[in-house]
Amino acid sequence: MPLPGLLSVLIFFPALGALALLLLRGDDHVWIRRLALTISVVEFIFSLFLIPKVAIGVSGYSLVEYYNWIAVPPIHYHLGIDGISLFLVILTTFLTPISVLASWSSIDHRVKEFFVMLLMLEVGVIGVFVSLDLFLFFLFWEVMLIPMAFLIGIWGHERRIYAAIKFVLYTMAGSILMLVGIIWLYNLTGSFDLPKIQQALQEGRLFTLTSTQEMLLFLAFFGAFAIKVPLFPLHTWLPDAHVEAPTAGSVMLAGVLLKMGTYGMIRFCLPLFPNAAHKAAPWVAALAIIGIVYGALVSLVQPNLKKLVAYSSVSHLGFVVLGIFAFHNISMQGAVYQMLAHGISTGALFLLVGMLYDRRHTFEITQFGGLATPMPKLAAFFLFIALASMGLPLLNGFVGEFLILLGTFQTHASWASWAALGVILSACYLLWAYQRVFFGDVTVEKNKTLPDLSHREIGILVAMAIITLWMGVGSTFFTNRSAASSQNVLDQMQRSNPQEAHLHPNAITSVERPATR
Amino acid sequence: MIPRPEDLIRVLPETIWCVFGCLMMLLQPFTRNRHVLSFFAILGTILGTSASIYAYQTVGTGPAFSQLIQFDSFSIFFHLLIGLVSILVVLAAGPYLERENLESAEFFALVLFATAGMGVLSSAQELLTAFIGLEMSSISSYVLAGYRRDTLKSSESAMKYFLLGSFATAFFLYGIALVYGVTGTTNLTQMANVDTSGNLIKLGLALILIGLGFKVAAAPFQLWTPDVYEGAPTPVTALFSAGPKAATFALLLRIFATVPAATHFWFWAFWILAALTMFVGNLGALVQTNVKRMLAYSSIAHAGYILVAFAAVTYLQGNSDTGGSAAYAAVLFYLLSYALVKLGAFTIVGQLGGAGEKHLSLDDYTGLGRRQPVVAAALSLFLLSLLGLPVTAGFFGKFYVFKAAVNSHLIWLAVLMAINSIIGAFYYFRLIVVMYMRDVPGEAAHGHGEHAESAHTEAPLTVAPLTPFPLPVNIVLVVSAVGTVYFGLFPNQVLHFVLQSNLLGK
Repeated sequence: MPLPGLLSVLIFFPALGALALLLLRGDDHVWIRRLALTISVVEFIFSLFLIPKVAIGVSGYSLVEYYNWIAVPPIHYHLGIDGISLFLVILTTFLTPISVLASWSSIDHRVKEFFVMLLMLEVGVIGVFVSLDLFLFFLFWEVMLIPMAFLIGIWGHERRIYAAIKFVLYTMAGSILMLVGIIWLYNLTGSFDLPKIQQALQEGRLFTLTSTQEMLLFLAFFGAFAIKVPLFPLHTWLPDAHVEAPTAGSVMLAGVLLKMGTYGMIRFCLPLFPNAAHKAAPWVAALAIIGIVYGALVSLVQPNLKKLVAYSSVSHLGFVVLGIFAFHNISMQGAVYQMLAHGISTGALFLLVGMLYDRRHTFEITQFGGLATPMPKLAAFFLFIALASMGLPLLNGFVGEFLILLGTFQTHASWASWAALGVILSACYLLWAYQRVFFGDVTVEKNKTLPDLSHREIGILVAMAIITLWMGVGSTFFTNRSAASSQNVLDQMQRSNPQEAHLHPNAITSVERPATR
Repeated sequence: MIPRPEDLIRVLPETIWCVFGCLMMLLQPFTRNRHVLSFFAILGTILGTSASIYAYQTVGTGPAFSQLIQFDSFSIFFHLLIGLVSILVVLAAGPYLERENLESAEFFALVLFATAGMGVLSSAQELLTAFIGLEMSSISSYVLAGYRRDTLKSSESAMKYFLLGSFATAFFLYGIALVYGVTGTTNLTQMANVDTSGNLIKLGLALILIGLGFKVAAAPFQLWTPDVYEGAPTPVTALFSAGPKAATFALLLRIFATVPAATHFWFWAFWILAALTMFVGNLGALVQTNVKRMLAYSSIAHAGYILVAFAAVTYLQGNSDTGGSAAYAAVLFYLLSYALVKLGAFTIVGQLGGAGEKHLSLDDYTGLGRRQPVVAAALSLFLLSLLGLPVTAGFFGKFYVFKAAVNSHLIWLAVLMAINSIIGAFYYFRLIVVMYMRDVPGEAAHGHGEHAESAHTEAPLTVAPLTPFPLPVNIVLVVSAVGTVYFGLFPNQVLHFVLQSNLLGK
């Protein structure tokens, strides 16, 4: 029995932690919270060990674990990490302790179950990001569904059941078609192993897909990811899920779950079905741009602060999809970067909205107004994060959006110009909302005596703010590590027929590296 | 003809089941002690089940009684499955019968006879033998369905089942007659070598299909299912949904794998049956407010999923393609996972129903997650397995069926199945929602409004806390839950065994 690798530890440590939590007494809230925090912080520290394992400027998977799991059909326990998934994993492990802290006092019933679900969610999400076997990927993809549905359905707000069912049905609808797609792909290729399939498809030696097959398979995968992102017009579950979810649920949902969709596009749709992706690109880009503008416009008129942030996610994720389907190295890097930046800044926005809710138990903007007077610290943090979210230079949102627009402009100038509308609109809705919530006179009597941030809340927000700033000024730390992998994705798209294959010598590098490094 | 010793050993499981069935009836005048009766019933089922392993180890696989019976790994699989079902049903039935104040001995005798019938059914290599097995299991089932005879619903259930069931049996028998008329044999092995291109044999096989389609509750022959399942005592419902269904599917597989007549015709028959059954089952379940009825409709839906794999089997047969064994394996594995889950789910439903099975509506499950967290967790596990989410056996079952369908280029059928899975997700998940997420009346609405602070104070529950489950029921639940998770993680061993039972190999 070989020792489990770092990635296995990362996946299963929270699961073990959840088991340990189950052993605690249900009414011992203090120790449950402490234990959950410890587990998630230790998990975060574990994940930091991943950074040196991914070499700068080298694509391909590191820390590969490869074991047989099921003989017939051949399913392997195959894990690996590269520059794209590296920071998504760390984002997940970072946001989990943040979520634990955010739920410290706002979750006061069924506390044990809450943290168990949160940790199980972490298990599923990390599993998705590090699986290199299609079957394993699908398994984790489904595993994360139930904890999230419970987080929304048990600890959510008034319409939580409606939101939870909607979330489950939307996600199931996408994933079950993806399962058919995965099985069909297996049927055509005889393998569930992502690098193997990639290499075989790329070299075109074992089999080639007809263009119809490729398109249908592309759609089967893309549908599941597009629902998760969510791409317009499949986004309608998102505002409900976000508004009804507890703060921690929203943070995880916006922070990492949505990224699973865009990650899936980068990891599966593009390298496996490049011709179909090229064909679909104009349509996808059109939907992404509609999503950007539509999400921003709806945010502009939202009377509900949390819904406003939720719709801004639709807009921001539209940028990511656009960056992916522009097929340009810079925009691809921008997309990867924007995934991280959005995870931090929107996660922080949800935290702030949640803190407002903890004090006032409402999301209605009209109930606020002039809050900067009683709560100067919260107002300051909110402004900082809002500026980051709208893409102020030196903060994280700027880098991602700028790279996406820069890369997209070089391939499709018109796409970039339309998408740029979203940047302007995001400034409008965020600043206007900020003005209505924090400036002006205090109109509601209750608001005059609201307490400002506690030490715990300041701690959370300072951590988020530091990361925001760091990502804004030190972006090369991140882009250096993801650049080679993003380029690799684009290289893998160059193929089709064998004689073309050696026009692109880079295309075959680093696809399969079974040996661990 | 004098039977050889190995012949006798190969039917040892059925013999033991029958002997213990008779023993139960003989014991009744002497003891009314439920524990004694339960003990003998459990002993009988366990012995019968292990006898099939014994037979496998001593005399191995092979035909018995000049090919009336085929004792191969296929039938061993089904013997073990049916045996497991009967053990668990007998275990769960003990406390149930005591609660409902029903006689134990006859009940156990009937279950044992039904089990023996199913055993015969799954190993029959000859149509008349199959008919005997079918009748043995059916007639016991009719009585079992009406076992709560002072309840109107139960009597209705028995009556309906009996009338429609005998009708279906007539179809089956007439089909056998026609097939015999054409081929001159009722033996499936010999039938494979006879010219079977005529139209009459198609008619005969169609009648057989109708008769068996009734037993597995395939649409449009499913009308009896919800009423019978609802009216029957819940352990019996558990038995119906797992045992006879598995045995009948075994016979269907045997017939439609060894008789090569007009495979393309059968392909479309199964295609349409599967699509229809899935939709009828899932759409029916969607509007149910009675949990037992909902699970009954879900049984229909799952028969539809299994029929998808059947369509794949017949397709592969018709095109002499490779990989047919995987489609068989899909059916077998699905039946196993499904049986475990349905047994567990119905056992919980029966236990929660309370005396007279009064608490069966969705509303009765409100707040179960608080009142009985372990039971609620187990029921959720079973529902998730029915839904086909990973780390449950149901997931692999569904996965293999999908794979078989895609293998046979039945992409559209697979897509229909996918759509049905989503419909299924709604009503399975609804029950989970009711158990965990709905506000319990009388309990402070939590987490919202200005009352969040007071939410964790333990408000008195309006529904009285239920009594803890009796030990045998807990054993059933543990077995089915552990099995569901185990096969959801390591389906390898079962699959390996299942793949040996390749009927195509002959």
